[in-house]
Amino acid sequence: MSTTAIAVAEHENYLNKEYGIKSWLLTTDHKRIALLYLMSITFFFFIGGFFALLIRLELLTPAGDLVQADTYNKLFTMHGMVMVFFFLIPVVPATLGNFLVPMMIGAKDLAFPRINLLSWYLYIIGGVLIMHCMLTGGVDTGWTFYTPYSTAFTNTKIIEAGLAAFVAGFSSIFTGLNFIVTVHRMRAPGMTWSRLPLFIWAHYATSIIMILGTPVVAITIVLVAAERLFHLGIFDPKLGGDPLLFQHLFWFYSHPAVYIMILPSMGIISEIITCFSRKRIFGYKFVALSSIGIAVLGFLVWAHHMFVAGMSVYAALIFSFLTYLVGVPSAIKVFNWTATMYKGSISFSTPMLYAFGFLGLFTIGGLTGLFLACLGIDVHVTDTYFVVAHFHYIMVGGVLMGYLGGMHFWWPKISGRMYPEGWGRLAALIVFIGFNLTFFPQFILGYLGMPRRYWDYSHMPEFQILNVLSTAGSTILGVGYLLPMVYFLWSMRYGKLAPDNPWNAAGLEWKTSSPPTTYNFDETPVVDFEAYDYEHIKDTEVPGES
Amino acid sequence: MSEHETSVGFYILIFVILLVLTATTVGAAFINLGPLNPILVLAIATTKALLVVLFFMHVKGASEKMTKLVILAGLFWLLLLLGLTLADYGTRLWS
Repeated sequence: MSTTAIAVAEHENYLNKEYGIKSWLLTTDHKRIALLYLMSITFFFFIGGFFALLIRLELLTPAGDLVQADTYNKLFTMHGMVMVFFFLIPVVPATLGNFLVPMMIGAKDLAFPRINLLSWYLYIIGGVLIMHCMLTGGVDTGWTFYTPYSTAFTNTKIIEAGLAAFVAGFSSIFTGLNFIVTVHRMRAPGMTWSRLPLFIWAHYATSIIMILGTPVVAITIVLVAAERLFHLGIFDPKLGGDPLLFQHLFWFYSHPAVYIMILPSMGIISEIITCFSRKRIFGYKFVALSSIGIAVLGFLVWAHHMFVAGMSVYAALIFSFLTYLVGVPSAIKVFNWTATMYKGSISFSTPMLYAFGFLGLFTIGGLTGLFLACLGIDVHVTDTYFVVAHFHYIMVGGVLMGYLGGMHFWWPKISGRMYPEGWGRLAALIVFIGFNLTFFPQFILGYLGMPRRYWDYSHMPEFQILNVLSTAGSTILGVGYLLPMVYFLWSMRYGKLAPDNPWNAAGLEWKTSSPPTTYNFDETPVVDFEAYDYEHIKDTEVPGES
Repeated sequence: MSEHETSVGFYILIFVILLVLTATTVGAAFINLGPLNPILVLAIATTKALLVVLFFMHVKGASEKMTKLVILAGLFWLLLLLGLTLADYGTRLWS
């Protein structure tokens, strides 16, 4: 066994083919670009997490005593901006997506490798701009840039922050464009649309949103800049504009952006649940098409963010109805994943623990989203911690659980090493406990009436206990996130060498070496099997279990 | 590939037409045509967008069904943006 493993490690692969900083900064290999993204995105995750920790520390006591009110406004704004634009949107597509999309369809690389590298450079330029913006004063509008405050009143760095989001947006458009062309043009012989892994379907749906939605927010940012710099009356009522027009344009992208975040994680969950249940996915076509359904319906619901903003009540009725509809494809996925596990040979390896976490947390996040789609309840809880809890259950509970599950699942393929399974399970448990302790009290806080974005709640001291619980949870969650980073880094040097297919998983990416060679496959694979063909994979023992 | 063989002169002609239309838009802002002003500038903007899409983006004469599908999807999405936004503007209580 060990001789085979050493032979596996010594083969030429994308990691050891070339050395030196230039070989990384000028690479067009999708796997190396994925790692460049992984490092930079992890950096921004910890920056955003640092802001979150400061927010939670401030709310530990009812008095506004840790930071000034203005600083608090900047903290939650920068937390939101960094986490949304520089972490959540690119986190799965740019890292695991970049690494796996070509491999899963049997291609050597993405269709436009140089555009792929360009997208990383754009991300970095956007990242440098947002870092500069943070270090020289930051922004205090909330990540939503609502007008007319952002165009006529605040004296913080709106233009620079907007430019950062604008540039990062193009990085995301390029990634989406690359994925769509790659899936259309570069599938291996026999890899029909109905054999595509669901991870690919999820990324295809995500790419549609990236391409059709991102330009709208880019234009909106330009309009904000035009009004702020040249006083063109677009959104400011004093100049003849309409502030709700900004909200329409902003949410036309920013609501579907939530699906940019969650769809790729859903793709990961489909891969993990089938592998660790040793079963074909239940209702392949429904799960695949529900991704497209979410992408399309996700564009029709944006104004549910504006129910109390002064929009027409008739339009609110339409958007409320459409919002309920988007629950249908999401529920199809959850039910089909559950049905996949039914009578499956389930093992409790780390990726599967994250998948379980995803199922629970996403379901809570999704169902509370339906509360908010209801006009009557929405009026009661708008701008309270209920909303904060809801979207964190989706964007952290859902997206991050999926991402971490995926990182553990494909880490042997990416690094050629196994992570320590025991530590992996412990970290998954810590994340799950820490997450719920942080965000579940916020549902209760919000329902009881605690507004979001308040730095001082000394007039309502009864909320302190729940806030203390939430802050305590956030420190546990922080430990849960740090642990995988530590043992992933440790495993790169000391981890056991990974075989090509450590999980006995289906899919083309497991048929190549770990780590893969630069062009993924020595010969173009021919696909003569259906997706998730687990009944034909005889060995049902999952090594992570033993 | 025949659609790619159009002469450079043709592209320059399209570019000049775009410039003239831009100048017309600016000029129209100085003439009071009442409610016709926005209609005129929107018509000019649509014409310009059409010229860019048809000629500079090579959609006219494109043989690929996929290209047409992408254009139609883009237009459909624009329709969603405008249509559902108008659902608010058309029924809002402005008083």
